[in-house]
Amino acid sequence: MDAPLSAFSPRAATVQHRFFSPGRVWALATNTLTELIRLKIFYFLLLFALLLIGSSAFLVQLSFQDQFQMLKDVSLGAMSIFTSLLAILATSGLLPKDIEDRTLYTILAKPVSRLEYLMGKLSGVVLLLFVSMLLMGVMFAAVLFWRVHVVTGELVTGGGPQELIDQQLRDLHATAYNPNVWAGGLVIYAKACLLASLTMFISTFASSSIFTVIVTVVIYFIGHLQATARDYWQVSNGAAMGHLTKAFLAFVSLVFPDLQLFNLVDEIVVGTPIAAWLLYKTLGLGLMYFLIYLLAAFFVFSNKEL
Amino acid sequence: MKIDEGIAQATPSLGSRRRQYSSYAIAALMVLVFGAARLPFEAGLTRQHRAASFGNVQLNLGLRAKIGQLGFLAALSGFRTLVADLLWIQAHTAWEKVEYGRMNLMLNTVTTLAPHNVNFWDLSAWHMAYNASVAAFNDSKQPKLVRRLQAQHQYFMVGKDFLERGIANNPGAYVLHQSLGAIYRDKLEDHWNAFLEYDKAAAFARAPTYEKRFAAYELAKVPGRERQAWERLKRLYDMGPQERLPTLEKSLKAMEEALSLPEEQRVYKTPVQNPLDIIGKKLQIP
Repeated sequence: MDAPLSAFSPRAATVQHRFFSPGRVWALATNTLTELIRLKIFYFLLLFALLLIGSSAFLVQLSFQDQFQMLKDVSLGAMSIFTSLLAILATSGLLPKDIEDRTLYTILAKPVSRLEYLMGKLSGVVLLLFVSMLLMGVMFAAVLFWRVHVVTGELVTGGGPQELIDQQLRDLHATAYNPNVWAGGLVIYAKACLLASLTMFISTFASSSIFTVIVTVVIYFIGHLQATARDYWQVSNGAAMGHLTKAFLAFVSLVFPDLQLFNLVDEIVVGTPIAAWLLYKTLGLGLMYFLIYLLAAFFVFSNKEL
Repeated sequence: MKIDEGIAQATPSLGSRRRQYSSYAIAALMVLVFGAARLPFEAGLTRQHRAASFGNVQLNLGLRAKIGQLGFLAALSGFRTLVADLLWIQAHTAWEKVEYGRMNLMLNTVTTLAPHNVNFWDLSAWHMAYNASVAAFNDSKQPKLVRRLQAQHQYFMVGKDFLERGIANNPGAYVLHQSLGAIYRDKLEDHWNAFLEYDKAAAFARAPTYEKRFAAYELAKVPGRERQAWERLKRLYDMGPQERLPTLEKSLKAMEEALSLPEEQRVYKTPVQNPLDIIGKKLQIP
């Protein structure tokens, strides 16, 4: 009889409980994913994205090289828009919703740390973004293969000098099956994860989810101009510039993320090759942003009065 | 008394407020420190991206006036080539309506937004040099032939300008050299420059073999370059039957005649006449 009692003693419970458990984070992540997948907004966004990618095959009827150019532009553009929107909208509602329906109190009353809670929630969004990217990627690949099949048939049956046909087929395959496009997809995913982490950070001190969405969207736009502000600040450091302007440029450069660094798709689509080290550096920067915003969110959330 | 206690409990205490503010301060400091730490890294990465032809696009107020606020916002937000694609479709519509002036403006905007898209440069040049120029020459509203010829020549130059800018932005695109060669050949009748462009196109590893033939054909049309042209044509001829196309044979023969090459050097020997034919001619036998 003594043994079972000692197992439930407070001391035993303290010993067994670990400060951080990946299992608890995973449980929260899968629950968040299920919760997000049940939201109508996910289906709306995904449906629009898939429709846009699917319709790109019919949008592009100029010449065959333009066709693949546009197909990739529209598809990757759709991926970029919808993953960014999804990251912002899905993350912004997590904390306010949990506070509103009191789930947060139930979770935190259990031996779950606030860091685990934040990580679990964010991991759920990251998983959701992965699922969305995967679905959009499959759709894009299907449309691409279908168009290549159609155009190859047209070229072969169209006639003309064999040398020219061979050249056109080589160009077609080089344009359509450019493996760098998938590297572009990775960068889009990294950018979406960064945005999710940033949104999470903002939502820890925001008063409502609308506020979070608006602030993140504003940061999104400023983030694409950050490099311009940084260049201007650094290049014209010694030039005659008002202190106020300098301070403003420094503020923009230091506070806002440089999202322009994650816009590689524009060039990748037209066939500009991306070196592996450049891709890793960009993805590494995305990971750093992700971790810093998560850590900042933890600092704010750890002392938040709930 | 009990109600006051309840309010006191619900309102955050001074200590918890302090803790909250201090955590805000830590988070802000963290973002700033990270900002300062990443600054040189990001500046370096931006330089590396630009060196690898990523993001070398000037989005200025001139462009803003051309594509409107919404388009500019989209271009700033990472959807630059998507905006370019939509404008390209609009330019295509302008072509269908035979509005070449508007089309030229739109094509300039498209190529500004997507300078690394070789097709945009190539097709823009083709539209201007081949379609707009013909439309300008056939313009029924302009009765003076001189003016129409002037307008036609201007469109040739617009096409040439597109290709030259395209080459500057895409030094690895042999197609643009080929198209520029075609404009020099077909529109400006400048065979020396046409030869130079085809020769540049032929120098690319990915270029099709006909670029070399085209370069040689153009060189054969340049007065005073017959020897060089013959050498090039002969080299191609010696490569095998796949290169011995009718135009090549015709050009080679013409060069041999122009150079008055001795029989032993010629590919196309002067036909030896049948002695019976000579006798027949002399005796006037039908």
